[in-house]
Amino acid sequence: MDMKRDYYEDIQLLDSKVLWFWFLMLIASLIVFPFLAPNYYIYMANYMAIHVIVTVGLNILVGYTGQISLGHAGFFAIGAYGTVLLMTVLHLPFLLAILLAGFIAAFFGFILGLPALRLEGPYLAIATLGFGMAITQVIGRWQVFGGRMGMEAPSPSFGAYVLESDRQLYFLIVTIAFLLVLAARNLMKTRVGRAFIAIRDSDIAAETMGVNLTFYKTLAFAVSAFYAGIAGGLMAFLLGFINPSTFNFILSIYFLAFVIVGGLGSIFGSITGITVPWEHIDNVFREVDEYYRTSQYRKHNIRPDCYSARCV
Amino acid sequence: MTNDNFFSIHNLSISFGGLMAVDNVSFDVLPGSIFSIIGPNGAGKTTIFNCINGLYSPDSGKIIFQGKNIIGLKPHKIAQKGIARTFQNIELFSRMTTMENLMLGRHIHMKTGIWTGSTFYRRGSRAAQEEIKHRERVEEIIDLLDLQVARNQFVGGLPYGTQKLIELGRALALEPQLLLLDEPSAGMNSEEKQDLIFWIKDIQDELGVTILLIEHDMKLIMDISDRILAINFGKPITEGTPAEIQKHPEVLKAYLGEDEVIGHAA
Ligand SMILES: Nc1ncnc2c1ncn2[C@@H]1O[C@H](COP(=O)(O)OP(=O)(O)O)[C@@H](O)[C@H]1O
Ligand SMILES: [Mg+2]
Repeated sequence: MDMKRDYYEDIQLLDSKVLWFWFLMLIASLIVFPFLAPNYYIYMANYMAIHVIVTVGLNILVGYTGQISLGHAGFFAIGAYGTVLLMTVLHLPFLLAILLAGFIAAFFGFILGLPALRLEGPYLAIATLGFGMAITQVIGRWQVFGGRMGMEAPSPSFGAYVLESDRQLYFLIVTIAFLLVLAARNLMKTRVGRAFIAIRDSDIAAETMGVNLTFYKTLAFAVSAFYAGIAGGLMAFLLGFINPSTFNFILSIYFLAFVIVGGLGSIFGSITGITVPWEHIDNVFREVDEYYRTSQYRKHNIRPDCYSARCV
Repeated sequence: MTNDNFFSIHNLSISFGGLMAVDNVSFDVLPGSIFSIIGPNGAGKTTIFNCINGLYSPDSGKIIFQGKNIIGLKPHKIAQKGIARTFQNIELFSRMTTMENLMLGRHIHMKTGIWTGSTFYRRGSRAAQEEIKHRERVEEIIDLLDLQVARNQFVGGLPYGTQKLIELGRALALEPQLLLLDEPSAGMNSEEKQDLIFWIKDIQDELGVTILLIEHDMKLIMDISDRILAINFGKPITEGTPAEIQKHPEVLKAYLGEDEVIGHAA
């Protein structure tokens, strides 16, 4: 080779002017969208952006590292409840609360990752499934977490500036989703991501090349749980109200379905994945519709009947 | 460094459910030399490698590397000490490119963690700088092994011989002091084998890497080995120079069998 290679191109996000153009167009349309679309669609976009975060994080675990989790609703719940409690009990600012909740979820991810070292395939699936269900049970029974009745989530605010409308939340949620997607993409291009992929393709070769299997397998669980935790915190803001049934194990199945449909081991697939497998799409729309209306009620400080009806 | 200190195995034994896969094997490897292990299929050659790597824990014996017993260390610790290997049945990262496979070989020499790795955003960022530096190093290995064509291809679809070379390249990327090659020429045509002999010689001479080699190709073995250990049913039969091994009656009987193999090798 007489021409010297530019190795930065190998890991660069955008290596051409054309790509830069489309990247900026994407950002522009993300900014413009909430000013053009009706509220309902903004709400839908928020809902999807949150799922993008979970799916990308879950893909790091399942698609890239080759482990499985049927318990991600558990991390999602930990993030949601953690954020709310840190704000209401410790009065932390919301960004700090959600970050800490993410780390708490990551810690649980790390703990769950330990038995995962010895379990494979269906056994790991069952262990993680059990974890997810246990979390739902615990928060359903423990009064600190509001029990079956659930808890109100405070609105995030910067000082006196309260993010309340769906449009305001949109900018928060989409910005965080955007940054987390880029972070995941970068991670997979560098040393840690390579170790993850190596473990998936051949754990024997990975460890004989110096990759600490224990460390990276549990790390993948922790990172993945962190993403789910952050997403859970944002979900609490979006819904304005959380209860255990929001985090049941069907949700974990959905998360996994998004990853698989989007493509295992593809960050950008995970983004498109969440738009596809809404099997019972009208069901979901109805559910979204209900969330939407109830969150409107919240803003008008009306407690909707459907909650009490659901909670019996 | 004395020969005992660099790499030696003492009375290594391991059994699987009553089968003695390796039975009281001992040998010394001189630094900078090529030491080969021969024996029929199932003789226990790969099992010895797996013990050296820490993939298996032997029932008894010692494996000394640079003066220390490495038995009981985790595989990644042993890699960090400077022992790399290739596998008899290819163990590449099939959904990575050649470049990425070799970059994984740089793992122990790199530092990028979660935070620096996920937040790089420009050429000058720490993670990006590290990537660039180590890619330059890997490129030298790609050039050395003539892998330019495969550089950006996913390795899963590449020809068998090429995959074998990529495994060799990945092991070299670790900059090992001791390199274990498990049947590196298997599945290669004679031209590829010729190149391989040349490269293994190069790795020994230019890079000063000590090589432990398992091979079935007698010509290759006799060409490049400094010393050879023959084993059968896990037990050592004899050890010596290529010339000595070729004459040893039990080796002839147990492994080489037909005279024509010897004729070819001589
Ligand atoms: N993990 C294992 N479990 C059970 N038996 C094994 C294992 N690894 C190797 N063996 C047995 O040990 C013997 C030696 O195998 P191996 O070292 O692969 O031979 P080779 O000399 O062909 O490389 C064989 O009989 C093989 O079946
Ligand atoms: Mg073998």
